[in-house]
Amino acid sequence: MTNSTSTNHHGISVQVRGLKRDFGTQSVLKGIDLDVKPGEIFVLMGPSGSGKSVLLRHIIGLEKPDAGEILINGESIENDNVADKYRMAMVFQSGALLNSLTVGENVGLYLREHRLKSPEEIARIVAEKLEVVGLKDAEKKMPSELSGGMKKRVAIARALVIEPQLILYDEPTSELDPLSSIVIGEEILKLNERIGVTSLVVSHDRDLAFGIGHRIAVINEGQIAVMGTPDEVKRSDHPIVRNFIHADFKRAQ
Amino acid sequence: MFQNIGEMVLLFWRTLRALPQVWRQREKVFEQFFEIGNASLLMVAVLSFFIGGVLALQTGPTMVERGLTNFVSGLVGISMARELAPIMMAILIAGRIGSAMAAEIGSMRVYQEIDALRTMNINPVNYLVLPRLIAITFALPMLVTFAILVGWLGGAVVAKATPAIDIPIQSFFESMKIMIDLRDVANGVFKSWCFAWIIGIVSCHQGLVTRGGPRGIGRSVTKAVVNSIVLIVMFDYVLTRLLLE
Repeated sequence: MTNSTSTNHHGISVQVRGLKRDFGTQSVLKGIDLDVKPGEIFVLMGPSGSGKSVLLRHIIGLEKPDAGEILINGESIENDNVADKYRMAMVFQSGALLNSLTVGENVGLYLREHRLKSPEEIARIVAEKLEVVGLKDAEKKMPSELSGGMKKRVAIARALVIEPQLILYDEPTSELDPLSSIVIGEEILKLNERIGVTSLVVSHDRDLAFGIGHRIAVINEGQIAVMGTPDEVKRSDHPIVRNFIHADFKRAQ
Repeated sequence: MFQNIGEMVLLFWRTLRALPQVWRQREKVFEQFFEIGNASLLMVAVLSFFIGGVLALQTGPTMVERGLTNFVSGLVGISMARELAPIMMAILIAGRIGSAMAAEIGSMRVYQEIDALRTMNINPVNYLVLPRLIAITFALPMLVTFAILVGWLGGAVVAKATPAIDIPIQSFFESMKIMIDLRDVANGVFKSWCFAWIIGIVSCHQGLVTRGGPRGIGRSVTKAVVNSIVLIVMFDYVLTRLLLE
């Protein structure tokens, strides 16, 4: 979220302190505390409606909390200069591509709107980022011509253009087939290894969470039930967490 | 509608503050200008031709009967320029363009495209509202000027073609020239300028506050059109009062 083109690829830390948020009479976040280290892949898991996506929207500044604070590299997100100082991007669950623009225009939107590069340079970067996500031939297509998985990969390419220090992924594998989910998971890992970006992934996909997460937090009813490494979470004896992790379909006899 | 007026004034103020960005958004301004102007031109021509014609048809025979033949063109001319062209075109554009603005921005809101813009540090007011407001600010007065001319022509054609009126086209325009001056046209154009702001701000505001899915978008479109028309009619009275004094 900045106009800077710095090539500093070190991820940034995120601290959430006592975050509370109510929507009407419903308390969605009931005092969330968590620390995400620079360069870490941190996965937020939990059942639908547990407040994961709302937490993510607070971290990127799309929502304002009722209480508590969010610190980006130790600075409150409320400070006006934080959005300019650190490069942050979000990959939305739906992709949130601008439907009136082509794939290429979507990917280059940030650079074009902030006048950061010449049109030729933008075209080169767009082609490069689309190639990274395996969609080099899709530049001229409209979002409506893409499958769900392709839209998500374009959204990742759009985030990559920002050269982010922090990427937030909202349900990156929802509505995807298992193979596409693996491709997306690999993209998140590769990106983390290549540029050391801090990644905060919201998902209820257990395979993805345990496959890519350095640490995992399980949220239930607006509170963190368990937080730790994948092994620690697997060993947790918290009943909600055990149910969530080990839930399986049982065919009636 | 009235509880949103404060928000709309704030949006108008934010858009005015974004004016220095207008050159950056020039491509989008031209795109919107083309959409509003070019695409509405035929409809404006048809509508204003028939409004001018009906005006001549309704008033002409009675005035001719009372020996006021020279005043028919003046009445058609002044009515078109001061009142009918600005208000009818504003209502047409509120229905045609205001609804499109509210639907487009509303669907962008519902499908998180506006959130995506914000995460990229792109101000939705600069990116979405400013080009639309600038385009309609120029397009509507131009359409109204065109509508006034076509309306006069409609009145002249009907006045000639109707046996009970039977005023030659040349005489129609000659007597109109005596009774009308540039201020009457400027009056109508000024009104249309104010109406353009109303349509632009009300429609963009409705789009930006859209909630829910397709039903929410539908509700926003309806509100944008209805609220624009109500405000246009109210402001028309206020402006007419001010401009008469």
